[in-house]
Amino acid sequence: MPRYMIQVRATAMSEAGDFPDDPTLVPRMMAFHDEMARAGVLLDGAGLQPSSQGFRVQYDAAGQVNIMDGPFAETKELIAGYTLIEVRSRDEALAWAQRFPAPFPGQSCCIEVRPLMGGVDLPPDDAERIIREQLATIKQGG
Amino acid sequence: MTPSIEAVWRLEARRLTGALLRAGADLALAEDCVQDALVAALQRWPAEGWPERPGAWLMTAAKHRLMDRMRHMQMAAREQQALGDDADALATHLAPDPLDMLLADEADEVGDDALKLMFIACHPKLAREAQWVLTLRLVAGLTVAEIARALFAKEATIAQRITRAKAQLAGEPFELPPASARATRLEAVCTVLYLMFNEGYAATSGAEWTRPTLCLEALRLARHLAALLPTEADVQALLALMELQASRLPARTDGLGRPVLLLEQDRRRWDHLLVRRGLEALARCRSLNALRPQGPGSLALQAELAAVHARASHAEETDWLQLLRLYDALLAQQPSPVVALNRAVALGYAIGPAQALPLVEALPLTGYPWWASVRADLLQRLGRVEQAREALRQAIAWTDNERERVLLLERLERM
Repeated sequence: MPRYMIQVRATAMSEAGDFPDDPTLVPRMMAFHDEMARAGVLLDGAGLQPSSQGFRVQYDAAGQVNIMDGPFAETKELIAGYTLIEVRSRDEALAWAQRFPAPFPGQSCCIEVRPLMGGVDLPPDDAERIIREQLATIKQGG
Repeated sequence: MTPSIEAVWRLEARRLTGALLRAGADLALAEDCVQDALVAALQRWPAEGWPERPGAWLMTAAKHRLMDRMRHMQMAAREQQALGDDADALATHLAPDPLDMLLADEADEVGDDALKLMFIACHPKLAREAQWVLTLRLVAGLTVAEIARALFAKEATIAQRITRAKAQLAGEPFELPPASARATRLEAVCTVLYLMFNEGYAATSGAEWTRPTLCLEALRLARHLAALLPTEADVQALLALMELQASRLPARTDGLGRPVLLLEQDRRRWDHLLVRRGLEALARCRSLNALRPQGPGSLALQAELAAVHARASHAEETDWLQLLRLYDALLAQQPSPVVALNRAVALGYAIGPAQALPLVEALPLTGYPWWASVRADLLQRLGRVEQAREALRQAIAWTDNERERVLLLERLERM
């Protein structure tokens, strides 16, 4: 089954280490994750500390390593949290993601959903075709 | 871009079915009405725009449909009765007004409906295949076509099996089993999921790599069940066992799709997220079992066994003594020659092949290729190569799995 990572993109607020002033946010977020867990979909998830607490290891073309401390400037490209789900299809990932509560209510914000690479991440038709081919080969061999 | 209406409906289908069953519909009627809600959405959403709360819209649509159908049935009953009965007799025969029941019902906050669905789909009076099909249909929410694909059966066969299973369940109450029957019924649910998983898992290697969907659906259902029943030790054990076994799926076949035995797997290819999830579920199981007077059950012991392998990053690091202790405990609960054979394998590594061989040879497992193959391995390690070859030839003759045969033939050549 394909896995998808729902990335919560950072905002100026998350980068400052502040939380939205909405008492319903945490319960809603927990209820949603609980629902995904109950549906057998949720694999993992966590919030990330601001980039000021992190660092980067930068490689130049010659393979030279350079360590850079946070914070990093491109706020909207940074990640403030992630939720890892395992679903049957892209369609199902979309259906879940559409119900993801806005992570920073009252301000413009974004979640980005990306499929993970991996051996099991095949479109169903393809998987079925491969299995059938294998079966045919085995039948010929036997 | 929006998800398909069907995808949204699927997320809700289990909840809808549960609510209708709770309102007094039987399985067949509830399923029809839930299906009708999808049809209504397919007809109206593209034209009228998506509702703000699709889940609530579908629930209302399904309930309206149920009311229509029940009213219709009541009217039919009334017409029949009116021929002979007086008004009083009539009133006692009539079902309560479905509208009252639907308005009285409350949202299912604790997930009881999902559990009831699980219990009814795994009802002990159903045959194993019927339990699988009904669980995949009602709990996993797969379509008939998807179930047919997963089980490599014809759609008509699956549809028929579902209809027959529903008929068998007619009159069964939609409720949690009473306390006296709960443990047995829960065990039945765990068994259904475990057998389903094993069917998919065992089939993933060898000639019958035909049911990977079954394996993954069973895992998803176990996650579902474990989230519904976080304090049931055996459910956590079931989940731990499945996560740990599923973690090996990427390493169980080589690049050409040939099976790779556990001790020869490239453990870097294991799914380490699933290993971690398995060990976490096992930790929950252990702390629950610590409170239980009878100690760990056979599922917990099997999960412990899988965890011993999961903790060794190389096959050489396997704690065989620990495995031996666990097999001793498992054998005490589940005395079977196959468990005894696995115990002997552990003993062969923990103590030595000379001690293990007589135990293996005493087992009544003639015709079981894995038994002959274990014998071959022990004989080889004792330097009795000719006898080892003979045992391998026996294993080859006994297996009817083409890929297993190839694997054994390769071993014979290397010997």
